[in-house]
Amino acid sequence: MPPVRFAVPGRIGVSEQEASVWRTATLTGIRRETPRVATFRFAVPGWPGHVPGQHLMLRLTAADGYVAQRHYSIASAPDDSGHIELTLDHVDGGEVSGWFHTVARVGDRVELRGPLSGFFAWPGDRPALLIGAGSGVVPLMSMVRHHRARGLSHPLRMLVSARSPEDLIYARELGPETTTVFTRSAPPGVPVGRMTAAHVAPLLAERPPGGWEAYVCGSNSFAEHASRLLVAAGQPVDRIRIERFG
Amino acid sequence: MNITRGFSGRPRVDNPGLPPGQYDAGDAWPVLSAEVTPDIAPADWTFRIDGLVAEPRSWDWEQAHRLPASAYEGAVHCVTSWSKFGVRFGGVSLDAFLDQVRPLESATHVVAYSHTGYTTNLPLADVTGGRAWIAWEYDGRPLPAEHGGPARLLVPHLYFWKSAKWIAGLRLLDHDEPGFWESNGYHERGNPWEEQRYSGD
Repeated sequence: MPPVRFAVPGRIGVSEQEASVWRTATLTGIRRETPRVATFRFAVPGWPGHVPGQHLMLRLTAADGYVAQRHYSIASAPDDSGHIELTLDHVDGGEVSGWFHTVARVGDRVELRGPLSGFFAWPGDRPALLIGAGSGVVPLMSMVRHHRARGLSHPLRMLVSARSPEDLIYARELGPETTTVFTRSAPPGVPVGRMTAAHVAPLLAERPPGGWEAYVCGSNSFAEHASRLLVAAGQPVDRIRIERFG
Repeated sequence: MNITRGFSGRPRVDNPGLPPGQYDAGDAWPVLSAEVTPDIAPADWTFRIDGLVAEPRSWDWEQAHRLPASAYEGAVHCVTSWSKFGVRFGGVSLDAFLDQVRPLESATHVVAYSHTGYTTNLPLADVTGGRAWIAWEYDGRPLPAEHGGPARLLVPHLYFWKSAKWIAGLRLLDHDEPGFWESNGYHERGNPWEEQRYSGD
């Protein structure tokens, strides 16, 4: 069986030394997005910059030296502000997200290292088709924000699945580039149901010359579902990048 | 040490089997593959070893199953910080395959490649001496596709990205050649006990 080639993107321009350093980040703002999700803004002196889609590793340290570390996608677009934003779901029983949602306040310090991943990253240099569910929209929003902030000309489309309008992260910011699918409840007249081939087909039909680079992000079961829809609709397997939240 | 105000974390569990920076995933087994899960029937699966060996060869499903069975029971550790204990894999020790191809003395490293095109590199010493398997069973049942079925490489003493899913082959080399994640900033060896997650660690 011939191996299927899949894309390995070019190296991201951050030196290995930069990404291996743990940096102190100070919480400068907390912004509620939905009942279960909030955005946390950090000042990070020396942050080397990132490419939309990349993530970082964050760690909290207890007084006895116990450490908890997790990967989080960077929500903000790269800019020169010296700040980055993370958007966190409050995971039931989550020791890190629990601290963020119930204890953290402006002025608190955490440690983070990154940016990480040269694979699930969009340097803004090609048409992008973004598909996400729940907090899978976070790294995709970094791409959307970058596209807008730089006025990039490459076509960009996003298809987002959420349980309900109240659970739709970044609802106020989403624009004409985005189609939403509600899976549990919706405003009157708006259909409710899982993402299907009918949602994906028009986006593939609109594909620009050279095709889309597809980015899929969400839970493992969503990623399996969405990637199969993309393949069935004709998106080449080696142009589908997937970030699974496990 | 940068102590986080008000953070206490989970109740401390004395688990000497938990490498630094890891947490116990319990019953969960996260799937974190980067590519679309392929649909490979056992009848279509093949495994090849070539490069610096005396006798390169390939095995199909039946041929591989005729080699002596071997199992691994223990822990696996993911670079994203979860570890899973009490996992049971069944398959064949990679030593049984390597014995048939006879690595040359000049071979020092391998690149393991998947049927999807995924690659990962390892020192040859890390996949010999009972430290690696070709595994097709998990918990007594066929390995599910999302976890690498029909067969994956299993190298449990290193971070789990080295345990290439949908394993198609190994190429033996006299030098180290970065694979997919290694080319994207991850460590060339990946020893969880030394927290070798990213290049430069």
